[in-house]
Amino acid sequence: MRAMIMKEFRELRRDHRTMGMLIGMPILLLVVFGYAANFSVESIPTATLGPQAQQAAALVTEVPQAPFDVATVDPGGDATTAEDLLQRNDVDVAIDTSQQPPVAYINGSSLFTAQTAVATFNRLGDRVTVEVLFNPDLKTSWVMIPAIIGLILTFIGTIVTSIGMVKEKQTGTIEQLAVMPIKPSTVILGKILPYFLLATLDMVLVTVLGMLLFDVPFNGNVAVFALGAGLFLFVVLGLGVFISTISQNVGQAIQTAFFFLLPQILLSGFIFPLEAIPWGVRWISYCLPLTYFTMVSQGVMLRGAPLDALWFPLIMLAVMAVIVFTGAVLRFRRNLAPGDGRRAKAKAAA
Amino acid sequence: MSVRDLTVRFGDVVALDDVSLDTPSGHITAIVGGDGAGKTTLLKAMVGLVPITSGVVDTPPRARTGFMPTGAGSWADLSVDENVAFIGGSYGLSGEALAHRADELLGRAGLSEARDRLAGKLSGGMRNKLGFCLAMLHEPDLLVLDEPSTGVDPVSRVELWRLISEAAAHGTAVVLATTYVDEAERSGSVLVLDQGRSLLNGRPQELVSGYPGEVVETSTPERSQFAWRHATSFREWWPDSAPPGSDPTDMTLEDVAIIESLRQESA
Repeated sequence: MRAMIMKEFRELRRDHRTMGMLIGMPILLLVVFGYAANFSVESIPTATLGPQAQQAAALVTEVPQAPFDVATVDPGGDATTAEDLLQRNDVDVAIDTSQQPPVAYINGSSLFTAQTAVATFNRLGDRVTVEVLFNPDLKTSWVMIPAIIGLILTFIGTIVTSIGMVKEKQTGTIEQLAVMPIKPSTVILGKILPYFLLATLDMVLVTVLGMLLFDVPFNGNVAVFALGAGLFLFVVLGLGVFISTISQNVGQAIQTAFFFLLPQILLSGFIFPLEAIPWGVRWISYCLPLTYFTMVSQGVMLRGAPLDALWFPLIMLAVMAVIVFTGAVLRFRRNLAPGDGRRAKAKAAA
Repeated sequence: MSVRDLTVRFGDVVALDDVSLDTPSGHITAIVGGDGAGKTTLLKAMVGLVPITSGVVDTPPRARTGFMPTGAGSWADLSVDENVAFIGGSYGLSGEALAHRADELLGRAGLSEARDRLAGKLSGGMRNKLGFCLAMLHEPDLLVLDEPSTGVDPVSRVELWRLISEAAAHGTAVVLATTYVDEAERSGSVLVLDQGRSLLNGRPQELVSGYPGEVVETSTPERSQFAWRHATSFREWWPDSAPPGSDPTDMTLEDVAIIESLRQESA
């Protein structure tokens, strides 16, 4: 028994990834999610519009424990301006004083923010009329489904792709591929394209099912959604390829993918609102591709946000796609043909 | 096709140290050595899988080289026919030409009845024969096999060797790594590696017949640094001639490889 226990500890000591999961992960989870696991929103970007915009701005900030953070004061604005500001996600609350009583338009696609805003306005009684846009019943499923599409793509992109890639390494067939007269780029594309197509198919399936089963609307442009999804797929497929280059077998790939998946699930804003996460942890959220895909998918599906309103998350996804995908493919290429360059050089020197 | 003064380093570790090798067409060259001798590194350097530190590797282009890595060299989740189709397609074979070549190779390897079976479900011997067929599918000028018979039952070993000999007879240069000295004795030439260095290089018969000294079988060796256990007794090497009264036995390639290794150790 003693020998068995010693053997187990010795093996564990040399398995750095498992040790990381055993020791590092719980500490990280406790610290990060202890701070991040917060549903109460304390700051809501707000706009006040119409002839009494200035007074409304002063009033909402004076409400006891009001979370409103007035970012825009536009005396010339009206209900159309309010809707536009919410659709573009510039603010989450827009108060239109051109109507009597004033109407507070609330962005229903930011679920917890909207719930906090509605609760606060309810305390004001009849002084303000509340209208929730884009998700009038504040259904959780409407907000979750667009983000879950991203989560499914992340799952396929990182876990399934990395398993598919690392299996070649584990069984030794990667050497077979490396010596065949196929360009490394052809091998890589040939390996990745099936996953790209499968992930796309899954995305369409989940989106349609989400719309049919949960009545989630699709208010925006399909092309904008496809652009965001395509860019996001490149990032997560790149992550999958990268994981395969730092793993020797399927078990290691799954373990490593888990390290990439967990923060995306918990910190990308679809479980805990980004606004409720302190900046000490929130910066991690802004390094995660799912954060930006969620912005795009919720923006297009729920708010019908146009392309120019989503430029920031789309640019971030594009930058991530270029960096992650290119880096991962170059790493994989180096694994695939480590000796070729040197051989040519040696021949030339001779 | 040759390797000249090849050195391969992995950081501070010298995996191959100034190794040379000729691989003429129609010739089988066996690379022999124990674990960590550098056999696989040499083969991988020949097919471009390992960066070389210095020296020259003159081998045909990829399209004219066949390689069977350690293990099976086939895709476990594909059937025999699917493996053939994938490899054939990658080497530009298709249609009638691929079908004809597949029929011929799989028939000779005794795999005709197993064409619909998954490669992962084949026995070890059958899977190695499939790996050989895949490496030979495009009729390469150079065939590089990494321990094709390791872990294979004796009958399958004989069948594999028949296939290898046939390939050489058709003009293919075959280089194979093996841990079996009897396989090296069957080869046209042999390179014995020890810790990345070349111990012996030449035709097996010439290496044995030209080796100095004599070997005797004894139960009480006198020169322990040049004696090794063989079955229930010892074999002992004498650099000039065996002591009077002893009965020298025929030297084998295995004897020569062991003696050379012991000489390196005691040097």
